[in-house]
Amino acid sequence: MSDPQAPANNPHADHDHDNGAAHGTRGSYLKGFFLSVILTAIPFWAVMTGAFKDPSTAALVVMVFAVAQIVVHMIYFLHMSGKSEGGWTMMALIFTIILVVITLSGSIWVMYHMNTNMMPMQAAADM
Amino acid sequence: MNDTLLKTIFGRLTLESLPLHEPIVVATFAMVAIGGLGLVAALTYFKVWGYLWNEWFTSVDHKKIGIMYMILAIVMLLRGFSDAIMMRAQQAMAFNGSEGYLTAHHYDQVFTAHGVIMIFFVAMPMVTGLMNYVVPLQIGARDVSFPFLNNFSFWMTTAGAVIVMMSLFIGEFARTGWLAMPPLSGLAYSPDVGVDYYIWALQIAGIGTLLSGVNLVATIVKMRAPGMTMMKMPIFTWTSLCTNILIVAAFPVLTAVLAMLSLDRYIGTAFFTNDSGGNPMMYVNLIWIWGHPEVYILVLPAFGIFSEVTSTFSGKRLFGYSSMVYATLVITILAYLVWLHHFFTMGSGASVNSFFGITTMIISIPTGAKIFNWLFTMYKGRIRFELPMMWTIAFMVTFTIGGMTGVLLAVPPADFVLHNSLFLVAHFHNVIIGGTLFGMFAGINYWFPKAFGFKLDKKWGTVSFWCWVVGFYFAFMPLYVLGLMGVTRRMRYFDDPNLQIWFVIAAFGAALIAAGIGAFLLQIFVSIRNREALADHSGDPWNGRTLEWATSSPPPEYNFAFTPIVHDLDAWYDMKDRKHERPVTGFKSIHMPSGTGTGVVLAGLSVAFGFAMIWYIWWLAGLALAGIFATTIFHTFNYKRDFHIPVEDVIASEDARTRQLATQGA
Repeated sequence: MSDPQAPANNPHADHDHDNGAAHGTRGSYLKGFFLSVILTAIPFWAVMTGAFKDPSTAALVVMVFAVAQIVVHMIYFLHMSGKSEGGWTMMALIFTIILVVITLSGSIWVMYHMNTNMMPMQAAADM
Repeated sequence: MNDTLLKTIFGRLTLESLPLHEPIVVATFAMVAIGGLGLVAALTYFKVWGYLWNEWFTSVDHKKIGIMYMILAIVMLLRGFSDAIMMRAQQAMAFNGSEGYLTAHHYDQVFTAHGVIMIFFVAMPMVTGLMNYVVPLQIGARDVSFPFLNNFSFWMTTAGAVIVMMSLFIGEFARTGWLAMPPLSGLAYSPDVGVDYYIWALQIAGIGTLLSGVNLVATIVKMRAPGMTMMKMPIFTWTSLCTNILIVAAFPVLTAVLAMLSLDRYIGTAFFTNDSGGNPMMYVNLIWIWGHPEVYILVLPAFGIFSEVTSTFSGKRLFGYSSMVYATLVITILAYLVWLHHFFTMGSGASVNSFFGITTMIISIPTGAKIFNWLFTMYKGRIRFELPMMWTIAFMVTFTIGGMTGVLLAVPPADFVLHNSLFLVAHFHNVIIGGTLFGMFAGINYWFPKAFGFKLDKKWGTVSFWCWVVGFYFAFMPLYVLGLMGVTRRMRYFDDPNLQIWFVIAAFGAALIAAGIGAFLLQIFVSIRNREALADHSGDPWNGRTLEWATSSPPPEYNFAFTPIVHDLDAWYDMKDRKHERPVTGFKSIHMPSGTGTGVVLAGLSVAFGFAMIWYIWWLAGLALAGIFATTIFHTFNYKRDFHIPVEDVIASEDARTRQLATQGA
């Protein structure tokens, strides 16, 4: 946009300039696709066949696969790497993760405390 | 039958929704209506509608959008301050059996509207406006990364402000306090439209805020002039970057929590209700996860302004630039680790309360480091006491007091005594007025000559300054005293006549602040009248240090004919030092984004949508939403997004600048 050399007769000339973002290849997209299919299929299989007796184990396994799924999407579909956009995407990702962890763990911690320390609302209403 | 038809057409909007029984509101409405009609008539008479539409409303120029943000903020400041002075008058009167002049119903709306307007529609637009105007100039860019998005963001913010203003005359505003905590804000306790006005105003304005945050982050990261590495960025740009990162990270939380509240109110979910397994405490938790970063969103840009001002008017490089950057970054992260200090008393255990108490106290360390950096910048400097510097010094004194009461409130046992008291009210006004507002006035006085080509009148500026500063102390120091005595906030009537004197002092302070606002408006008026005498042709009236002073005042549409190349922090000072010659030949045509009315249309449709949702006028809501989608899709087919400023025009305006500089003897 601030490029004075852009030819005047082609307004689209600067709409797709390369700004250092990584681009995928057919191979990397296919790899990502198969990985995400596998990572989806395994938890489905685990839950539908009841491979894990304990529901909380099953939940944990599903969560682990979900996290792996997120990572696969970020690498193969969002083209994130340490070098993409001069490291800014990685920095943004780390910042996001820190904030999400703070928000979730903090909220759970706080709400757990509220739950334990506060008079149960139902009991208060019954009094 | 007839009734059903009316309900289908008008939802729950009836003639009774108009507050005709409230004389104060009717009188205000009459005044606003007459003033508004007068304005429209004047604009029509002078035939400026076309000019306004073409040159301002549809403009994607970051400078014009920045100025429009400032105008919005100043208009809303008048509304928010009217609420403030009404409260002060009510509380000064309501003693010894007198009920004051505001009913409880009205008073509760006034304090809610005051908080909402001052934060969302005064402080936010002012901060965004200054960032919008200054950041691209400081980094040597020609506009922001997404110029249309910028125009759209501004109009969405305005749409939110319009919805809040509507609530004054059609229906009513929320009576819940500025954060609308459930269960009070739930359908069971607030069945009328007030909370819905609140929700839709904030949701629509929130879109604007979030998008402008994205826009400025992208601008700062991607569009810096060659040579300007991160650690050569002006400090205001740094604080703007951190502020916008905070916006991008925090505002979605507000959007989500308000969305859940609206689901509770509209379709009967039970996120925050008392029954069906809902938990209102979760709302408090979530809204403060947004709310605490919000106060840093407001104050960080002010810190940046003070840094620029201190360094410029002391004639010295900023002391401890890198420590300033790291302090800002530490504050950005810590802003997310302290939210619980807003509700120590809600019932968390000792471990939670002490964790959040300690993180809160830790924030005062980077903030204190900044204060010392400013003091050391002034030390042995050749200080010029111009208006921006005066505001900066007033800030340092006032903000330090506010910071210390903040650390006091961070101690959980002390907070159990002071929570919800006027001490708290005094504290946050102390930091928001003493920090953000003083910062905005410093910024306005500092950058006004850049935006308009003439300085602001110093005499009236000084009057405004002293009225504001002295008025602030008169208005809020009594509240500290009252808070320590145990007086709670949001009270409409008092039994103990001994308290009255403090409220009278506070009301006197508010009157002084009113004089300060009046003097500020007068300052602008007088400056416009005396613009010839106050004119600055150099583009650099303060002997500035950063790139915005390298171009003319007001800057040309394209900001810089040639993108400047940065070698040092304080790039413009460095250029002056090296006897940099301004290039006078070799200009090329300049590629610029073109204006569009889509932002105005989308914001107008959003107002219609919000209004329809508030009043349950479902057909209108559907229509407006369809209109929003259609306009958005239609806009994607608009290929006339850019144009080239012909080289002759560039040469003409740059030659004019050369002649202007020659008359200065530069």
